[in-house]
Amino acid sequence: MNAQSQLSLSEVVRRFDGPPAVQALGPVNLEIRRGEFFSIVGPSGCGKSTLLDLVAGLARPTSGSVRFEGEELHGQVPDGIGVVFQEDASMPWLSVRQNVGFGLRTSGLPKKEVADRVDHAIRFMGLAQFADHYPAQLSGGMRQRVCIARTLVLRPRLILLDEPFGALDQQTRLLMGDELLRLWRETGASVLLITHALDEAAMLSDRVGVMSARPGRFIDMVETGWPRDRDSRVVSDARFGSLTGRLWSSLRDESLKAMGRVA
Amino acid sequence: MKRRQAALVVRIAVLAALVILLEISCRTGTIDPLTVIPPSDMVAAMIHEIGSGELNASIKATFSTILLAFVLAIGLGVATGALIHRLPRLCDVADPLLASYYSVPTFIFYPLLVALLGLGKAPLVVLGVLSATPAVMIGTLSGLDGVAPVLMKLARVHRLTPARTFCWIVLPAALPHPFTGFKLALSYALIGVIAGEFILSGTGLGYAISFAYQSFDNPTMYGVMLFVLLVAVIANGVLYVWEGRLARRRSRG
Repeated sequence: MNAQSQLSLSEVVRRFDGPPAVQALGPVNLEIRRGEFFSIVGPSGCGKSTLLDLVAGLARPTSGSVRFEGEELHGQVPDGIGVVFQEDASMPWLSVRQNVGFGLRTSGLPKKEVADRVDHAIRFMGLAQFADHYPAQLSGGMRQRVCIARTLVLRPRLILLDEPFGALDQQTRLLMGDELLRLWRETGASVLLITHALDEAAMLSDRVGVMSARPGRFIDMVETGWPRDRDSRVVSDARFGSLTGRLWSSLRDESLKAMGRVA
Repeated sequence: MKRRQAALVVRIAVLAALVILLEISCRTGTIDPLTVIPPSDMVAAMIHEIGSGELNASIKATFSTILLAFVLAIGLGVATGALIHRLPRLCDVADPLLASYYSVPTFIFYPLLVALLGLGKAPLVVLGVLSATPAVMIGTLSGLDGVAPVLMKLARVHRLTPARTFCWIVLPAALPHPFTGFKLALSYALIGVIAGEFILSGTGLGYAISFAYQSFDNPTMYGVMLFVLLVAVIANGVLYVWEGRLARRRSRG
């Protein structure tokens, strides 16, 4: 493991006891550098979300090890990792401000500090006008911003996102992608994004890992070579098309396998 | 909002019309005053009965019994509901029993309860609890089923203790469902206790109604009946308004 590596997975396997026993993942090896934007694409059911659960400490690997900043995870959620889920995880009984502050309820920080951090996260995600609204009054995209803001107040050094924009329409997704890039640049955190959208992965990431059909393993690693201050306008760059094409050619056979067809 | 107000006006008008129709029928002799007394007389009788203070002990006895049964039913219903929810096998066993519970007239066990517990408050409380608890259990179960799995994951990501997970996530996420159960439980506790007093007790408002009935004392009977009805409606109304407040936050679109 080199000094730059923030997250490292070595020979990670996850098996679900049956019947029938299923090997969902692995063996997987992965190093994510500090400050890197890394995306994982793969056919549906390939174990992407299982991988995220392992990194978030929500599940233990059957074998192999997951290390975050050099510490091995033992099925506990580590400090410094923030998670944004695919489903809407906003709490409908709390206002936007209370939702965002939820992350700090157990922090023991002084009130002033909590209020400052919450205000900052709300402003950062463009939610200032909606601070006293309830989630039911917001659109899906706004609710996902609330969830991201709730993660931000904890000042994570690694942010995990599990298909966070899966439920949003295409335009909102592009704009949320820009927000995510800005957040990544300004916080300096590393990002591990799981997505099924190849264009999203090609546009946002420094590096994209392509996973095989179950049991999920990495079958390709693609460096995008984008500058750090990129935004969604890279979709009109010629390289964007060739990147997306490369991802799809790696993935096509695997997707067919996942659908039960022979490639 | 306009539409809701219009519905409210019509609702009140229909009720008022029915009361006025009853009043006219009684006054004109279409309905025998020995059967039903005019609503205005019922109100006067109620004010007289309650004002005289003769019923104070009964009122206290009945409502404290109902309140006790209601509180016990909520505690017991939420606790057993949560327990059953944690144990899927127990849930499989209990589900059909709960679903068919209200086809059993719990009431027929009252003589047995009296034989076991005597003629005091105890059999009435048990009867109230027996009628009210399953409603709370059913509400609790459907509430817990409705908690989104992603919120449970969120609790783990925030490393909440089981107690905090329950208080901060499970309870508020589930609350609208048990609330329907709570409202039903209040009605069932009230019915159980008052009906129990009616048949076999020597105290309480149910007994007062039954006693007046047996002595052909129509004004007292209708006065007390109206009082019980009013209290039941007001208590349910309070829960209804409270529930509406909880729900509105979640649906204001």
